[in-house]
Amino acid sequence: MNDAAEAEYGTSPSIWTRLTTLTDYFAWPLRTSHYLELVNPLWTTHKLQARVVKVWDETQDARTLTLRPGMNWRGHRAGQHVRVGIPANGKHYTRTYTISSPPERSDDCFTITVKAIDKGTISHHIVRNIKVGDYLPIGLPQGDFYLPDAQPIEPLFITAGSGITPAFSMISSLIAQGRLPDTCHLHYAPHEFDVVLGKQLREMDQQQNRYHLHLLYTREGQDVHFSAEQLDALCPDWKQRDVYACGPPSLLEAIETCFEEAGCSRNLHIERFRAPFTEIPADAVGGKVRFAQSDVDTEGDSETPLLRVAEEAGMNPPHGCRMGICHTCNTTLVSGCVRDLRTGEVLNEAGSIVQTCICAAAGDCELDL
Amino acid sequence: MCRPVSVLRLATASWICKGKVMKTHELPVDLTDEQIEEFGRELDAIRDEVFDSRGERDRTYILNVIRTQRTLAVSARFVIYLSLFFIPAWGHVLAYWPVMLTILALGTAMLGIAKILENMEIAHNVLHAQWDWMKDPEIQSNTWEWDTMSPSDRWMHSHNVVHHTWTNVLEKDLDVGYGIMRVTPMQKWKPAFLLQPVYFILLMLLFEEGVALHEQAIDDHLKGKNKFSDFKPLLKRIGYKIWRQVAKDYIAWPLAAALVAVPISFFVDFSPLAVFGIVAGANAVANIIRNIWAFVIIFCGHFPAGAHNFTLKQVEGETRARWYLRQLLGSCNIEGGKLFHILSGNLSHQIEHHLFPDMCSNRYKEVAPRVRALADRYGLPYNSAPLYRQFGTTWLNNLRLAFPGGGEPYDHRTERAVL
Repeated sequence: MNDAAEAEYGTSPSIWTRLTTLTDYFAWPLRTSHYLELVNPLWTTHKLQARVVKVWDETQDARTLTLRPGMNWRGHRAGQHVRVGIPANGKHYTRTYTISSPPERSDDCFTITVKAIDKGTISHHIVRNIKVGDYLPIGLPQGDFYLPDAQPIEPLFITAGSGITPAFSMISSLIAQGRLPDTCHLHYAPHEFDVVLGKQLREMDQQQNRYHLHLLYTREGQDVHFSAEQLDALCPDWKQRDVYACGPPSLLEAIETCFEEAGCSRNLHIERFRAPFTEIPADAVGGKVRFAQSDVDTEGDSETPLLRVAEEAGMNPPHGCRMGICHTCNTTLVSGCVRDLRTGEVLNEAGSIVQTCICAAAGDCELDL
Repeated sequence: MCRPVSVLRLATASWICKGKVMKTHELPVDLTDEQIEEFGRELDAIRDEVFDSRGERDRTYILNVIRTQRTLAVSARFVIYLSLFFIPAWGHVLAYWPVMLTILALGTAMLGIAKILENMEIAHNVLHAQWDWMKDPEIQSNTWEWDTMSPSDRWMHSHNVVHHTWTNVLEKDLDVGYGIMRVTPMQKWKPAFLLQPVYFILLMLLFEEGVALHEQAIDDHLKGKNKFSDFKPLLKRIGYKIWRQVAKDYIAWPLAAALVAVPISFFVDFSPLAVFGIVAGANAVANIIRNIWAFVIIFCGHFPAGAHNFTLKQVEGETRARWYLRQLLGSCNIEGGKLFHILSGNLSHQIEHHLFPDMCSNRYKEVAPRVRALADRYGLPYNSAPLYRQFGTTWLNNLRLAFPGGGEPYDHRTERAVL
């Protein structure tokens, strides 16, 4: 622990670290932190957790969770995101959500706003089942989609749906600091009633005379989808502005094309949400197999266990029983799809544990071997 | 349900093709190859059904057990400390040896139970990857370290890989007599076995140490098959784990009490050294309680009367279904109540555990009646009895097999059921 802390921060260990190194002798093979967790889960150092202190329904299918993070949390920058562990149906899932609150918030809490998406089991679970008092494992804030420290050039935000969250955090942060420049904001939502964070946005629009909000409803009759003409009409000086865009892939593509054509791509900052699932190929006939750590690329068919594929490629990965009972061959799925040959179950979530002796490729896949 | 042909089952296909009424196996049962495969398919169906239904209640169960165990462990340590305030030297009204010893015994028993829970119901099962499906980064087989002298990854190899794959196969499964005992007449007698009742008792008391040193490499070395330098790194790893265990139970906790006792000893006439001894002694007794319990439960798994052992020839070209059958014939259940099952780490459902080693342990009691009914239907034995019978016959076997002979291996065909 000592060495790890030193390596990580490049400083000598704190008194707290020295103390826990000593008390860890009492707690072995666990750590002191495992016992502190029994008293208060926010005191742990072996993992970071957050307590749900408030849930607020933004629209019929979007919910804002206010989270109080544990001791080891460090502040975020407006626009950054955080990984959140969600237990649903007994399983632990990890999802990344943008922090929607500004770092200037005074109570050390932060908020995430989650929209239940079609077929999204986990987002549905958050929107329907998470309640006040639950503890969720979280990561530290990450991401490079944030405002520069220097006074930003007059910004233009283009957002859609739950892509509002980083922009909301940035704008409220600038307001909290009392240095909001002239800001233009185009936000797309299906209807007037399901604008995520809509109430706060409209309030800001009324109270801040430098903030110009344009809400565009895409499913209320007229075609109001993003176009260069629309941009010209709503924000004539867009070519001079620093642009921050976040939303579904189709919108981001349209924006990128538009800015490329106008030759001002370098003003454009984009935040993309990556899908945690790979689409399951319909025919599942095997495909390209990549063993990331060994840097080996090969082919695997849909019946040959990945362990054999690796061995035929000249590797010697860990293995034991070769029949799926001992779990010596467990490894992690980096990306792609594999199928359990015993049950036919397809694993397509990055980070899933794969037993290589009884799993075969189902389409392309990459393993952490 | 449409399912792809598994690689594991490809081997079976060729057996079925050769004809319906064929018996090519040498297992001690009167079933045709076809019937054994059908038996295997039925077990697969049970497995798939349970695995598909795992969910929130299983997660709640293991989280509760873990929280209970940790609370019990830390409380036990402080109850042991508490007992020190009732040493007669304090001179207050309750300061009598009987009071002190009662509290000390309570603390020791709590610590023993906490260690039993940790080793058996939590760590053993976590290390079997029974809880990996939850994908909870805190409860994973590859990162869990347990409260015993054996490093978890070393134990996973000798247990999950060797013992669970080669269950009860002579020459392969190191758990058949642990290299020091004769547990089946199929093992050749040698004079060293005359002492095995003594080994039996010693291993019971020092089970933790025994498990830590239970390694193929060390066993080979004793037989002169490899050099010391071959497994020196291995010994270093085991040594580090042993040192941390000793540092906790016999240095850290007793020393903390003794250090507090030093200033107090100026006012209360009691030596800090004796305080150290009391705490270290209590921890040692707790470890021994755990050792005896673990030994008793584990020895009842494969050694009571009626458990089968197998030769290498019998498992040649074994299919998954035959592997199932071997697990059933080689394992024994212990009957008892709910608490008994939890404290035994559900190893009292040894048969179910060996059929489905990575099924979460709280489900064994649910599948046990189904497996038993299935065994009945196929006229197969299902060795289940109370603890006194299972451990009694284990002990008698041990005494008998210390001497040459001991009879032919038990033959199930003599009491065959009608199919």
